[in-house]
Amino acid sequence: MSDAEAQPPQPPTPHMHEDPHENAYLAHHFDTPQQQFESGKLGMWMFLATEVLLFSGLFCVYAVYRASHPEVFEWAHRFLNVTLGGINTMVLITSSLAMAWAVRAAQLGQQRLLAICLSLTLLGGFSFLGIKYIEYKNKWEEGLLWAGKYKPTAEALEHLNATGHGEAAELGVATTDASSAAGHGGAVASAPAAAVTASAPAPVVIDGVKVEHSQIAPAPPGPQGMRLVERAGLLHLMPERAPRELWIFFSIYFLMTGLHALHVIAGLGAISWVLARSLKGQFGPAYYTPVDLVGLYWHLVDVVWIFLFPLLYLIH
Amino acid sequence: MAESSAAVRGGAGVEYPTDNYLTHTQGLRSWLFTLDHKRIGVMYLVSVLASFFLGGVLALLIRTELLTPRQTIMGADTYNIIFTLHGAIMIFLFIIPGTPGSLGNFVLPMMLGAKDVAFPRLNLASYYMWVIGAIFALVAIVMGGVDTGWTFYTPYSTTTNTAVIPVVLGIFIIGFSSIFTGINFIVTIHKLRAPGMGWFQMPLMLWGLYATSIIQVLATPVLGITLLLLIAERVLQVGIFSPAYGGDPVLFQHFFWFYSHPAVYIMILPAMGIISEVIPVFSHKHIFGYKAIAYSSIAIAVISFLVWGHHMFVSGMSNMASAIFSALTFAVAIPSAVKVFNWVATMYKGSISLATPMCYALGFLFLFAIGGLTGLFLGSLAVDVHLTDTYFIVAHFHYVMFGGAVMALMAGIHYWWPKITGRMYNERLGQIACLLIFIGFNATFFPQFVAGSQGMPRRYFNYPERFTDYNVFSTIGSYLLGLGFLLVAAYLIHSLFRGRPAPANPWGGATLEWSTPSPPPPENFEEEPVLGDHYDPYDYRGLVYDPRIGGYVQQHPH
Repeated sequence: MSDAEAQPPQPPTPHMHEDPHENAYLAHHFDTPQQQFESGKLGMWMFLATEVLLFSGLFCVYAVYRASHPEVFEWAHRFLNVTLGGINTMVLITSSLAMAWAVRAAQLGQQRLLAICLSLTLLGGFSFLGIKYIEYKNKWEEGLLWAGKYKPTAEALEHLNATGHGEAAELGVATTDASSAAGHGGAVASAPAAAVTASAPAPVVIDGVKVEHSQIAPAPPGPQGMRLVERAGLLHLMPERAPRELWIFFSIYFLMTGLHALHVIAGLGAISWVLARSLKGQFGPAYYTPVDLVGLYWHLVDVVWIFLFPLLYLIH
Repeated sequence: MAESSAAVRGGAGVEYPTDNYLTHTQGLRSWLFTLDHKRIGVMYLVSVLASFFLGGVLALLIRTELLTPRQTIMGADTYNIIFTLHGAIMIFLFIIPGTPGSLGNFVLPMMLGAKDVAFPRLNLASYYMWVIGAIFALVAIVMGGVDTGWTFYTPYSTTTNTAVIPVVLGIFIIGFSSIFTGINFIVTIHKLRAPGMGWFQMPLMLWGLYATSIIQVLATPVLGITLLLLIAERVLQVGIFSPAYGGDPVLFQHFFWFYSHPAVYIMILPAMGIISEVIPVFSHKHIFGYKAIAYSSIAIAVISFLVWGHHMFVSGMSNMASAIFSALTFAVAIPSAVKVFNWVATMYKGSISLATPMCYALGFLFLFAIGGLTGLFLGSLAVDVHLTDTYFIVAHFHYVMFGGAVMALMAGIHYWWPKITGRMYNERLGQIACLLIFIGFNATFFPQFVAGSQGMPRRYFNYPERFTDYNVFSTIGSYLLGLGFLLVAAYLIHSLFRGRPAPANPWGGATLEWSTPSPPPPENFEEEPVLGDHYDPYDYRGLVYDPRIGGYVQQHPH
């Protein structure tokens, strides 16, 4: 260490450059702030790729079980609350907008706006978790949980079986043995049970598309306990009563939304950290990398939900 | 041969640099909180070698039990636990993080001419994730171990009452370590190459590490979710993998091998990178087919994602799927063979010095060729049905993983040892140990090919009498192997205290890490390396051996 004078000792930790004209956040091993920013951004995109792949496993599970148990998904998804799910979708999209705006504010050095936008993003995230909590609580009370804890309460059970009939009827049902089954409401109902009566069916118009019914006579009645259900011009074979393995849907529902909720919580932590730093005025046009990267992460959390919502809530 | 011996003998003229990355700061804290990629690499090296030791002791216990057809030293349940821990420790704690974490961390920034990896904090976090994962594994051992085999197949893993959860959680956490290293390496290679270093001026080690990192980043998350689902299955009974609730256990196998087959290439690609460095340097000849080796690394990384089904030919798949997976398995052999041919062509008409790293590299070529070719036997459907779950499989993957990955890691450790520690080891002992390991390895695993092809099943603690001779031979071989590694440990540790100071460039390498003193200064280079217009990491012209320092010096800039 005799030449310590000539060459100031440099601790192996990345130290900030002393020169006030240089960017205070430039780590020692980067040449330019641009290089540092690009590295951070590339690293974040790689990390997001790993997140997508983490969720992809669950999407695979979803695809496999939906293909092997379509009736479970058709039946069970109706017990999710589309209204709350829809509100949550809007909440998350809005918070993503706030986050994007926060990045812009950081780039332009608008400190007040940055703090406001980050706070709004946080608010969105917390609202999402609150609504999710209400949904989970309802499912918990009904006993509609994952396989190991799937014990529907008597009410839920009754509701389960009743809802199957009731909603199907509303959607325009024709059972194979009762071609006179009443259909009402909606576009499908304009030609009630046409598909199964097969006597000079008139074309129907669904969402502006003319659909002609098949002239081929209907298939013989399906297996016992099953019935044909017409929905959107297509015939589906549906079980009379709730399928036994409904828990598969709720297992997948809780796994997917649960993992997503954990990511929301992690995102809220990251946003809080960025908010704290922004209140100290650490971000501006010269350095806004954390805002940008946390923003990317938050958008990913949003995008995952945008896939989860239709796949779980909006089956048919 | 003569040249390298001289390199060791003539090391008297070198002074150990007083200010280097090892001595720059002192004390335990300066290591535990270091952000220097070299120190993190050294910590990784020590840790993975400790795991290797633990896994090795378990291996010797397994071999000792198999010395006789009946119970020798342990019962069936203990045996199940021992072989599971051997597999899990060797795979997840040693081979997967081994080369990238230790040697990769140490040399990658230096080969690029950079001061550090792109994210030093992430790098340290990666190391501690490994440590936490390892602690979970140790906790599991204390809790009585786990007996599922390292693959954790359901439904057994969801029903056994051994400590599955701590092990699986540990591996999940180690997954983060793997992902962090991968992200770090990819970004560093993209963004921190020295000015003038294009993609095709990078040493091939970096192409190997780049391909490895791609697999680490793209495959590990799938293992992560698989293990989470397994934990969820045990804790909550979600019915995804458990047939008791209508789940599909074969789905677990698909998920598991979607990661674990590419993971085989996480283990072998950096090994191939090391071999691509060692062979040209000790042949004193330009690498043959640079671009072919570089592209084949990427090709292996891509195809590795498409072959997982060949682990499941007897698990119940359609014939069509089996045939496609079989064809793809043959396809992945092509880029591997491209590399082997290029390495051999590099040696052709070279001036080969049989220094220790080169001895290991030659061992690698021999063993990896056997391991790779027996992989093709297993990739063909009809043969696989006969050989599934026999010792043929055990022999095959040990030839690839041990004969490939570990031999290359040994080559790399010996090759960069002077750079890492600043000391030369005893060359003669190095060569003897390499020979011991090579003979011991073949004695251990070659008989297993024969026993396996005759139908000896794997994972049992006893076996029919007629397999006794093969097993006795194999066990004696394993003791020889253990002896070889003890010898390596002895002379390497001895060199730390008594080894001659190493010159900057003891072997005549042309990659950038050899242009800086051994051990390197804290920021790797005394002056930032400036590369000429025609920089070539395999151009050995102008490197001349200087007997006074026992190493090579650049005679004139080319």
